[in-house]
Amino acid sequence: MTMILAIESSCDETACAVVRDGNQILSNIVSSQINVHTLYGGVVPEVASRIHVENISAVVAEALQKADVTMDDIDAVAYTQGPGLIGSLHVGVQAAKTIAWAFGKPLVPVNHMCGHIYANSFVADLKFPLMALVISGGHTELVYMKNDWDFKVIGTTRDDAVGEAYDKVARILGLGYPGGPVIDKLAREGKEHYKLPVPKVQGEYDFSFSGLKTAVLQLIQREEKKGEEINKADLVYCFQETALNDMTAKTVKAVEAYRPKMLVLAGGVAANSRLRELMKEKMAACPETELVLPPLYCCTDNAAMIGSAGYAAYRHGLFGNLGDAADPGLEMPSND
Amino acid sequence: MKTWKTVTADMAETHALGRNIGEAAAGNTVILLDGDLGAGKTTLTQGIAMGLGVKKNVTSPTFTILKIYHGRLTLNHIDAYRLEGASQDLGFDELLEDDGVTVIEWPDFAGELIPDEYLKISIHLLENDSREFIFEACGKQYEALLEEIA
Repeated sequence: MTMILAIESSCDETACAVVRDGNQILSNIVSSQINVHTLYGGVVPEVASRIHVENISAVVAEALQKADVTMDDIDAVAYTQGPGLIGSLHVGVQAAKTIAWAFGKPLVPVNHMCGHIYANSFVADLKFPLMALVISGGHTELVYMKNDWDFKVIGTTRDDAVGEAYDKVARILGLGYPGGPVIDKLAREGKEHYKLPVPKVQGEYDFSFSGLKTAVLQLIQREEKKGEEINKADLVYCFQETALNDMTAKTVKAVEAYRPKMLVLAGGVAANSRLRELMKEKMAACPETELVLPPLYCCTDNAAMIGSAGYAAYRHGLFGNLGDAADPGLEMPSND
Repeated sequence: MKTWKTVTADMAETHALGRNIGEAAAGNTVILLDGDLGAGKTTLTQGIAMGLGVKKNVTSPTFTILKIYHGRLTLNHIDAYRLEGASQDLGFDELLEDDGVTVIEWPDFAGELIPDEYLKISIHLLENDSREFIFEACGKQYEALLEEIA
């Protein structure tokens, strides 16, 4: 039995969890700052790091207490090293290093995106080769894993992340932050009415959302010039259909080419209800690949996912040391 | 202050304009990019990066505020979009003293980070994919840079 204490603070959640053997959550404490940042229409880095500092000790104490364990029971301390906001990351990294040093435990640095993928361990036994569509406010990546802890990014966004496009379109239309849930909900009332161009990009599995965002803006300007009022529900419907159809089509294409045993969705955007519908529909053509649609608690930022990925890294002997620092631009570990 | 105006017809031309800027830029340069969502700030920066010999693809820095790339010179790509309404010290001023090129999107939200001398590029979306770029050079170093670009 291996017990991991995991710490995550890459963006606006201060989180700590205790995870047993990579797939059992003994505690998963998340202190969210989203209400504070809603005021600003996004995460404010300085405010975020200050709140992380205020919360981190209490969150760690609560995670241990709720799991009913002490530091004696913990085998290693896993933490998010990056990618993320530098000031936010620092807080979690320092907390993890301090705890590891004080209690003489090994440190396991984890890439936040790997955490999102391994969050699926809580609902399914991961089967390799595995394909993961990792989608969030800062990332849009198709990752092929031939084996456990073997990552190969086969597609990525050339400009904006999909979650960022949602946030910006929501802002253009005055729908508030974060954009994902509001657009997902409003699009349910929309219908096919406007036409937006399908994103064009060179790489077979690459994505692009910047042009789509600009197209939304231009469409609004054109309609305004004509004196037409914009139907927001129809517009977000069209935006969402265009973005998600493109993304799911490319994912299925990658599944057909790589033939993985499992396809998992990961990251905050994986909670999008229309994306899940489309993915299910399109994956019906690939019955040999098992589709995992993680529940909401596995999609959003949390520390349990870092505990799960940290367990895999721990098994592979990938330990860090006290000299390691936060890396805001950290890339996925690669064997190439 | 020196000014210059140019129009690009499409994304490829915007990218090429950025590349010219990147090739002409020396160390210790600050470029401000002003323009609404969808104006083409990231496309122009992708061109600047190429002109600086950066091999990696430049993606939007909105989420993390700052991304750093290494080429002939270091490119610090800052996006102050999320900083609207918040006055704060991000410690980015250290970067501006580096021997690199710093591109700042949404400079109106970057507050005290903006130095006294800079090259400011205001981008306006025209019809279709056409865009207008208005260059303003503040300071001798930037007037010389603009002369080379124009």
